[in-house]
This record gives sequence, C-alpha cells and structure tokens, in this order.
Amino acid sequence: MLNYLNPQNFLKIINKIQKFILILFLLVLALGLIEALVLSPEDYKQSDSVRIMYVHVPAAWISLGIFSVISFLSFGILIFKNKNFSLITKSLAPSGFVFNVIALVTGSIWGKPTWGTWWAWDARITSMLLLALFYLLFILSWRVFDDSNKAIKYSSYIAILGLINIPIIKFSVDWWTTLHQPSSVNILKDTTIHSSMLFPLAIMTAAFALFSLLIFLMKYNTELIKIKNKGLDRL
Amino acid sequence: MINEILFMNGYGLYVWSSFIFTLSCFGILYLVVKTHLVKEQKKFESKFNALTTEKVHLAKKQDTFKEILVTSSASKI
Repeated sequence: MLNYLNPQNFLKIINKIQKFILILFLLVLALGLIEALVLSPEDYKQSDSVRIMYVHVPAAWISLGIFSVISFLSFGILIFKNKNFSLITKSLAPSGFVFNVIALVTGSIWGKPTWGTWWAWDARITSMLLLALFYLLFILSWRVFDDSNKAIKYSSYIAILGLINIPIIKFSVDWWTTLHQPSSVNILKDTTIHSSMLFPLAIMTAAFALFSLLIFLMKYNTELIKIKNKGLDRL
Repeated sequence: MINEILFMNGYGLYVWSSFIFTLSCFGILYLVVKTHLVKEQKKFESKFNALTTEKVHLAKKQDTFKEILVTSSASKI
C-alpha cells in the first residue's frame, strides 16, 4: 500500500491521469453549471438566490476536507517523519485555500439578499475566516523558512492546531445561535434538501473535487521536479 | 428564457457574480500552477541538456528522472 505513496510511482500515475482528470472535470463542471443555473428549481423562500448554494457549499466542504487531510497527514509527518506526506500537504494547501476564499466571498454575496448584510461576525463565518488564516499561515510557513526541515515542522504544527477549528466550523450552527441554518445534507440523519436541488449540488461537489485533485497533481508534480532539479545539481 | 436566466427574479447580479468569481478563481489557480510546472520542467530540461554524456547516462538510470524526461523534450536526446 505504502509503495503507491512512493514519489516515483506517484509521478508515473500523475503523468498518465492528469489530462484525463482535466477533461473529466470540464465535462462534470459543464453539466453542473447547466443543472445549477438552468435546470434546478428556485427556492420558495429565497427564490433564485439559492443558486449561489451550488458554488458556496461545495467550496466550503472541499476546503474543510482538504484541511482535515492536511492535519491528519501532519500527524504522520511528525510521528513517522515521512517527507512524502509533507510534499502531499504542501501540494494540497493552495486549492484548499482558494476554495476557502470562494466559500467566504460567495457566502458574503449570498448574505446580502438573504440576510441584508455582506458580513456578520457569526460563529460559522468567523470560524471559516479563521480556517482561511490557518491556510495562509500554513502556506506562508513554507515561504518564510529557508530550512525545509523547519518549514515541515512548523507547517505541521499549524495544521494540527487548525484541526481544533474543524469541529467548531461543523457544529457552530448547533452550538450557537447563528444566521446559518442547521446542515441540510446529513450522512447519519435524514437529508432535508429536495432531490431536485441535491442532484446539482452533488454534481458541483464532484466537479470541485476533481478540480482540487487536478491542482494537487500538478502542484505535486512541480514539487517533485523541483527536488529532481536539486538532484541534477548534485550529480 | 434568456432574460429569466440573466435576471433571475432580480437576483441575477448576486448569482452571476458568485459563479463568475468562482470560475475566475479556478482559471487563475490553474494558470498559476501550470506556469510553475512548465517553468520547473524547462529548468530541468536546460540543466539536463547541460550535463556531460556520462552524467546523462547516470541520470537516465534513475526511474524518477526517466518519468520527468518522458514528459519533456529532453527525452529526445
């Protein structure tokens, strides 16, 4: 299993599937956009403004998912000293950060017609902003430290510290009175969203996941070539 | 039909700006990452082309170098 995580094997797979994922992403995105903007129904309360959900919610889910993966791999980095994990976390962070920014900005745009304000310091929004700061610190730690060992160590600490924020984001709507409604899509409980809206949401989530995978593979490829460039200098 | 999609019951500005912002972010991120990747590949190619024959043989023996070379013009050497 760990053999597949070997950078050499990864590079073989990356080169083969990168173009395939790009084409698949464009197809799924096109389908998702048609569903989200044309075919899905308007909401009886929010009217057409509900369509913002199809970019806002997947972006928030993916940014949370990516940070969770980064945090758990960071434990692996500190415990097992696995340097490949640090390459993976470094390659995941840019797309996670961009999805976090998309969730914040589209949430702000959605807030204006729905709540009458662009911004409110409610628990969900504030904790999402905090997540963006953790992402930013994580990315900056790779730029600030010239010594890669230091960068690996401090970025891992930041990611593990940021993990505390993940359940706060998830349960903030249950623990505090916020402008956000409780979650409509649940794995363990009943989903309270109609299938005509759930379907485009699922397609857009798949498109966003494919895009983050594509960016991860390209970034990972870049990081490996950087290492090999240094290796060529030492030949 | 087109007017309905554009104006969206008065919410068109909010909906379209959200989608345009999202797709712009995707485009910018893709271009930035792709540019870095191409830059590193070119750097690798120029360094590889500058190697002596002996060092080229040594580099080609290593699997990871082979994989990078497959996707670059240096593979024609």
